[in-house]
Amino acid sequence: MTIAVVVFALFMASMIGWLVRQSVGVRPWVAAGPSGAAPAPEDQHRQSLRLALVVLIAVIASLFGLFLSAYLMRMTYADWRPMPEPGLLWGTTGVLVLCSVALQGACLAARAGRDGALKGMLAAGGVLSVLFVGGQYAVWQQLHAQGYYLDANPASAFFFVLTGLHALHVLGGLVAWGRTALRAWAGRDPAGVRLGTELCAVYWHFLLAVWVVLFALLSTT
Amino acid sequence: MAQTTHDQYPLVGPREMEEMELYHPKTWLGKYVFCQDAKVIAIQYSATAIAIGVVALVLSVVMRLQLGFPNTFSFIDPASYLQAVTMHGMIMVIYLLTALFLGGFGNYLIPLMVGARDMVFPYVNMLSYWVYLVAVLLLVASFFVPGGATGAGWTLYPPQAVSPGTPGIDGGIILMLLSLCVFIIGFTMGGLNYVVTVLQARTRGMTLMRMPLTIWGIFMATVLALLAFPALFVSCIMMLLDKLLGTSFFMPAAVALGEQTGHNGGSPILWQHLFWFFGHPEVYIVALPAFGIVSDLVATHARKNIFGYRMMVWAILAIGGLSFVVWAHHMYVSGMNPYFGFFFATTTLIIAVPTALKVYNWVLTLWRGNIQLSVPMLFTIGFIFTFINGGLTGLFLGNVTVDVPLSDTYFVIGHFHMVMAVSPVLVIFGAIYHWFPKMTGRWYQTGLAKAHFWITFIGTYAIYYPMHYLGFEGMPRRYYAYGDTAFLSDTAQDVNVAITLAAIVVALGQLLFFYNIIRSTFRGEPADGNPWKATTLEWQTPHTPPRHGNFGDELPIVYRWAYDYGVPGAKEDFIPQNVPPDETPVHHDPERHPEVTPADDPADPEGGRS
Repeated sequence: MTIAVVVFALFMASMIGWLVRQSVGVRPWVAAGPSGAAPAPEDQHRQSLRLALVVLIAVIASLFGLFLSAYLMRMTYADWRPMPEPGLLWGTTGVLVLCSVALQGACLAARAGRDGALKGMLAAGGVLSVLFVGGQYAVWQQLHAQGYYLDANPASAFFFVLTGLHALHVLGGLVAWGRTALRAWAGRDPAGVRLGTELCAVYWHFLLAVWVVLFALLSTT
Repeated sequence: MAQTTHDQYPLVGPREMEEMELYHPKTWLGKYVFCQDAKVIAIQYSATAIAIGVVALVLSVVMRLQLGFPNTFSFIDPASYLQAVTMHGMIMVIYLLTALFLGGFGNYLIPLMVGARDMVFPYVNMLSYWVYLVAVLLLVASFFVPGGATGAGWTLYPPQAVSPGTPGIDGGIILMLLSLCVFIIGFTMGGLNYVVTVLQARTRGMTLMRMPLTIWGIFMATVLALLAFPALFVSCIMMLLDKLLGTSFFMPAAVALGEQTGHNGGSPILWQHLFWFFGHPEVYIVALPAFGIVSDLVATHARKNIFGYRMMVWAILAIGGLSFVVWAHHMYVSGMNPYFGFFFATTTLIIAVPTALKVYNWVLTLWRGNIQLSVPMLFTIGFIFTFINGGLTGLFLGNVTVDVPLSDTYFVIGHFHMVMAVSPVLVIFGAIYHWFPKMTGRWYQTGLAKAHFWITFIGTYAIYYPMHYLGFEGMPRRYYAYGDTAFLSDTAQDVNVAITLAAIVVALGQLLFFYNIIRSTFRGEPADGNPWKATTLEWQTPHTPPRHGNFGDELPIVYRWAYDYGVPGAKEDFIPQNVPPDETPVHHDPERHPEVTPADDPADPEGGRS
């Protein structure tokens, strides 16, 4: 459980630290009017979506953190047998890196207002994501061919569960990507496309980070 | 009913939110069923949670009937007794308390109290309820599958949760685990909304430190739930795989009914860690909203500002942080390393400090307050008593050496029912009686409500107090029948009979509540918009009950905190949060109070409290 506790300690410390900073030295009983101008509704909407993504990332991070904790605890038992990792995983990792790069490129293009580059990069991000999931599936097939099924041993069970869960999160991201892409091709609401691209890029960077941690752990144990 | 009646009024000034018009429901189905208005979602959540809670209440009566009168009722066999134990616990903790506090009160109160039109993502919020409903239906379905609901105990410990001999190891446990997964997905949708709404959609002037403590409690509980529920999700997925696909995450090699199971080498302790990593924060997921609501009820009904507002906020934050490092105190008897146990005993005693601070502050708020013994106040004071009692026995159980002999006895049943069952339920009743006039625009019958309070309050003490003594005697919990157990005294069975009778009275007493609430919703006396003379924003809405969009044409602007009760020199004994300092109705009589500075004299904005 050490990993989970560390992940949670980081979350809680940063959040509580932020909240306490908001409240130290404040005298809530003092009555006064609000300071500053009211924020524009569009800004507020954008901020809300960004914050929602941060919260979602925190939830998903705790999900994977707990799975990793379980993995490390389960590893210490006597029946743990390390399993081979197919070389194809390096390929899929590369594809996921390219995904992240493409979406970051789309993000920059959207900010610069280059519509053609935005569409190209966005499409590339989506195609590469599908390719990544397909690649993970091919890895599963290779492992099955070698006789590593879900119930073969604890290591392979964790391998399938962790890679499957990660791939599901990529597929879930593709829903948001699809909405953004539809909006981009419809040509309406450039601000919405910019925001959607930005959020997709952040989410894919996060999924890449999760994958790197997973891959490192899976291949070293 | 194609158009809502709302349309004859100038509804929501879309000045600050153009797309608000889009959300307005146009059909009956859109207004009452697939509604995106947080208030309707709140009522849907509450009604569903209370309905399934009634099922759990009936199950508890089934248990008590068996314990009070063993060998009397033919419909209670050992299997159905264990199923009742399991489903009662699971429903009460997750499907009633969590859903009602966060889905019910959270949805109703967050937008109204922070001055927002609605949750920030109304569509996701609506989905959250429907996913929750699916979870409840899956849970109910598990009663009707072959083999019945699971009887593994609400902690669902492997290997017995899926081993032959336990009731419901086929459809029952599978539906239970699926239902929990679905619940968690639905909750995450709602939780995203609650957190983002509190942080982003507060009206102008509503700084974090002006939020009512109710919102602080619900906010922190949501954060805990968002981070802790994944632990339950992970463990449910792994147990499902163990059950359905033959993996061995939790299942050790075992021989069941003379046959070797297919499992090998899994770790039941791993489940316990994951489960309680969720399970202990869950206690605070239920308790923190209750703490917050009680703080507001105490201040409002004692006409006094809450004692130590900032301390209360920091205590909520500290409890939230600490709640993640106490989980293993549920596992003292699992054979853990003594140093590990020492660590968790220490953190458990530390978390009692911020909790005790909150109790002191409630009591100090009452001290020399102008206490109105209204129905919500009765429930609030009842909560404080019950919470202190349950909390003190928690200090016993937090210590390893005391916990080990008491762990599997009725002492634990008495403890956790006092601290996390009766206490939050008293707050729920208090809160419903407090906000009912705002939610319906009508009054309930006060006499019936007081009768309901006294039956519930005294009745629950009659149920749970004797259990502590049974626990000291060593009466083990979860047993179907005791027979002639040598170490139990002859009167133990008499105590059980008395407890059962009290339980039946309390269960029937809840009918008063349902009658009162349902009848008053339609036939009650009309209530005005702010009957308790409360300061928070939900009482300042232009309509009662509040309409879609909550605040009419213009969002309120907040100038002060939520606790301006009994301000010296003010004309009335409360000043709502949206009253500017220079418009405060100050009635300053220099002859009678020469020492008092007018409360909100712009020259002295602190009203003499600096």
